[in-house]
Amino acid sequence: MKCNKLVDAGRRQFLRGGLMASAGAAAATVAGTSEAEAKPALARVDYPANRLANMADLAVNEPMDVAYPDADSPGVLLKLGEAVEGGAGPDGDIVAFSVLCPHKGWFLNYNADDRTLNCPGHYSRFDAEAGGQQVWGHATHNLPQFVLRVDDSGDIYAEGVDELIYGRLSNTL
Amino acid sequence: MAYKRQIDRLPIIPADAKEHNAVCHYCIVGCGYKAYTWPMNKQGGTAPNQNKFGTDLSEQQFQDTEAWYSPSMYNIVKQDGKDVQLVVKPDVNCVVNSGLGSVRGARMAENHPSTVTGTQQQRLTDPLVWRYGSYQPTSWEDAFDLVGQVTARIVADEGEDELLVSMFDHGGSGGGYENTWGTGKLYFESMKVKNVRIHNRPAYNSEVHATRDMGVGELNNAYEDAELADTLVAWGCNPLECQTNYFLNHWISNLQGVSSTKKQDMLPGEAHPQARVIFVDPRRTVSVNAAEQAAGADNVLHLPINSGTDLALANAIFTYIVDQGWHSMDFIEASTLREAQDRPPLFPARGVADGQPGHLSSFEDAVDANRMSIEEAADICGVPAEDIRKAAEWIAQPKEDGARKRTMIGYEKGIIWGNDNYRTNGALVNIALATHNIGQPGGGCVRMGGHQEGYFRPPEGHVGRPAAYVDQLLIGGKGGVHHIWACNHYRTTLNATEYKRAYNRRTNMVKEAMDAVAGGDREALIEAIVVAVKQGGLFAVNMDIVQNEMGKQAHVVLPAAQQGEMNLTSMNGERRMRLAEKYMDPPGNAKPDCLIAAGIAQAMERALRDLGLDTYAEQFKGYDWQTEADAFADGYGSANPEVTYDRLRKLGTNGFQEPPQGVEGDTIVGTPRLYADGVFSSDDGRARFMAGPWRGQVTPGKAVEMDRYPFFINNGRSNLNWQNWFLDQDNDFVLDRWPYPFIEMNPEDMAERGITAGDLVEVFNSNGAAQAMAYPTDTAKRGQTFMLFGSPRGTQGNVVNEGVNELVIPVYKQTWADIRKISDTPMVAQGISFKSKEFKL
Ligand code: SF4
Ligand code: FES
Repeated sequence: MKCNKLVDAGRRQFLRGGLMASAGAAAATVAGTSEAEAKPALARVDYPANRLANMADLAVNEPMDVAYPDADSPGVLLKLGEAVEGGAGPDGDIVAFSVLCPHKGWFLNYNADDRTLNCPGHYSRFDAEAGGQQVWGHATHNLPQFVLRVDDSGDIYAEGVDELIYGRLSNTL
Repeated sequence: MAYKRQIDRLPIIPADAKEHNAVCHYCIVGCGYKAYTWPMNKQGGTAPNQNKFGTDLSEQQFQDTEAWYSPSMYNIVKQDGKDVQLVVKPDVNCVVNSGLGSVRGARMAENHPSTVTGTQQQRLTDPLVWRYGSYQPTSWEDAFDLVGQVTARIVADEGEDELLVSMFDHGGSGGGYENTWGTGKLYFESMKVKNVRIHNRPAYNSEVHATRDMGVGELNNAYEDAELADTLVAWGCNPLECQTNYFLNHWISNLQGVSSTKKQDMLPGEAHPQARVIFVDPRRTVSVNAAEQAAGADNVLHLPINSGTDLALANAIFTYIVDQGWHSMDFIEASTLREAQDRPPLFPARGVADGQPGHLSSFEDAVDANRMSIEEAADICGVPAEDIRKAAEWIAQPKEDGARKRTMIGYEKGIIWGNDNYRTNGALVNIALATHNIGQPGGGCVRMGGHQEGYFRPPEGHVGRPAAYVDQLLIGGKGGVHHIWACNHYRTTLNATEYKRAYNRRTNMVKEAMDAVAGGDREALIEAIVVAVKQGGLFAVNMDIVQNEMGKQAHVVLPAAQQGEMNLTSMNGERRMRLAEKYMDPPGNAKPDCLIAAGIAQAMERALRDLGLDTYAEQFKGYDWQTEADAFADGYGSANPEVTYDRLRKLGTNGFQEPPQGVEGDTIVGTPRLYADGVFSSDDGRARFMAGPWRGQVTPGKAVEMDRYPFFINNGRSNLNWQNWFLDQDNDFVLDRWPYPFIEMNPEDMAERGITAGDLVEVFNSNGAAQAMAYPTDTAKRGQTFMLFGSPRGTQGNVVNEGVNELVIPVYKQTWADIRKISDTPMVAQGISFKSKEFKL
């Protein structure tokens, strides 16, 4: 998913800051994202229901770039082939997570071998099969997982997020 | 189920929020943080002029931004009696961590007590006295009076040796200059208590006597040296997990080449090759993996030695370096002892005295005594000879331009809590001295450290050396009163199974005696306690921030404040001293430890006068401190008058590096590295070498245990669980990940015993038993395990025998035991991840 060039650039930039998270680039690969209206008067943010993909677009263990709740919040959509925590769809195996590391916001890489999301920033890793639990790392929360719904036509919608996304003090901007 | 906070937005720090200097109190690194507080009815906005960052927060912020904080960095706490909002976030301008927070420190806000958000409701808020068969909250006066009267009676009747004290000696929370002084003045000045021990070991001693005896203070370099070194050596330490941001911000940046410009600027005129790192550890830690990612595997050397064989390895490396002529004779001539000292009659088994177990001598004497061939060491240590040779080359072979190699050696509990601690510690310093790597940029031979430091006490010479083995005294029925300051032997002692049995029995005797006179008056109560004590009971007073397992046996429990709830000064692993400012109230009626010590001293004075002992009572004067600032001025400030709270406040999170050299304007001039002038901490200013040959597994009982049991029970900290365990036992995020202490095991070992991931197993040997959760680990060698130390739900110390080194340093690391399954994965551990902890792209 996230291109390795970016990772290398990030590594060279380590502690120098200034690396542009290419959220725009990630968003470009996303189909059908629609902006939501934030309603700050409510007690909790109002999440949009955004179509991320159709079941037919997914292959087992092949990550797909998505963004949610808006184009500046990159994520990954995964079909894992086995029912997992927070899994949607008929097989309970479809999950989506933010890919901005909740430590310092570096892009996570998906490791298909053991189905973890790995951070080149400072070596944190999160388990895609365990609700984004941090297997090991520096983040003080587990990986924000997108709440998914799959409709009869197989369209996959994201409708919520269960933790604060890195780089924003409100999950909807 | 992965724990989720379900927080979808956080209040924004307003532009006019109060800003306080904060320093993380969880580990030695002492990362700089800023604490922001503001009223409940105010909040910042997304427009740049509405928030503290001056940033448009309606936009996504990019990586490493200053303008973001996680839910764990936010809380609602009391300040001057009012609820306020609090954010504690890493300080980008602190040279220690440059804005990095670790999984521990970045939860400081969440780990403060809040009656509003419900965090840390385990914190003690009021003095508790054992009364009517349970703990009853009471006033400070009442609690102090009981402590003062009982303690005074016992020390007056039986002498001060009957008062046993367990107390912190470090910085950061549960310590710091204010609190070590308060307690130190009470026990070492008003009294001369000698049966005293430190929080993590059963005696009052240095963990690194050897390096000090050699004239080399253990924190002798600057964190910057890790950026300047050609070769870094991590010997018996796991810096990514135990000194996280020091490793990430200074070691990794060197390994990645990020510090190469700094090298060229600061050290011109010499070659600066790609940095390399050597790890000496029986286990492949996540630090090794991270270093491989940063530097490439070719520049990382891991020596997975047999446990406890470090001395053989170090001596072989030392020998090889000298045989190659890579040592620095000029420096040895100028700065080290040149005459060999007569070897003691029983050398190397014994030193000249019990308290001087090693032989401190000249370079040549050490070379002669420590001679060990690479092949011999390979055999003892169980690693290939060519790897040992490579290590020696990386450490000392001159660079391509002929320049001396700059090598920094960091060591910690693998050495400190290991076999033949004294000589092994010395053997590492030998290497650094021989290669002139102390006092030099890119050098140092240093403890990596546990807590911050913050020691300022009256002289402790009366304690003696070797110091009393206090836990054995307690087990053996000695002592009548036990004062405990932020210690929990139930989790952090060796021989813990037996210790707990004896301690429960002795303290229960006093509880029963107190219960038996429930209808009596204060006099009857004191009398009953004193009688029970004389019959072998123990009266325990526990000062802590939470009620721990040992505290539950105490008769009086006194609630303490932690950092952030008081002003507190400490220094980190490069001697960087900062004032961590008070930004909130302690919970309930809790107080700083120094003021609790003052209260006890004053109660002792009154009680001794009542006993007619006026002269003795006079010794307990001088505690009329109103605040921790008074304790600071009375202690540290009296020796270093230029170091004031005002100056420290202005120096912010960067502070200055001790010792202070003077004042320039508002700045205190510090000391980046010690011994830059080649003058060491000995009477003649010359460093000593350690003549200490390899002697095998010398801790009593260990060799037998090693032969008898199939599993090596290596043990230590994890990234998540560190000196924050006492708070994290009440933190949902942490308990969700490690509901039990893990024990890393080889998958085939597990299969042979019918153990699957997450099963609860029992680790057992003739010392006792402890439970743990099996964590399959591909990189674990057959027969080798690693168990999380200090857990409330499975205490590794239960299976550690009572053997210590000559100076009463515990040997937690060398433990062998058997393992059996006791339960399928318990409910709380179901659904957690059992994947490899190693980052993989
Ligand atoms: S590395 Fe140590 S001092 Fe720094 S934030 Fe983590 S626990 Fe605190
Ligand atoms: S950004 Fe630090 S581990 Fe991911």
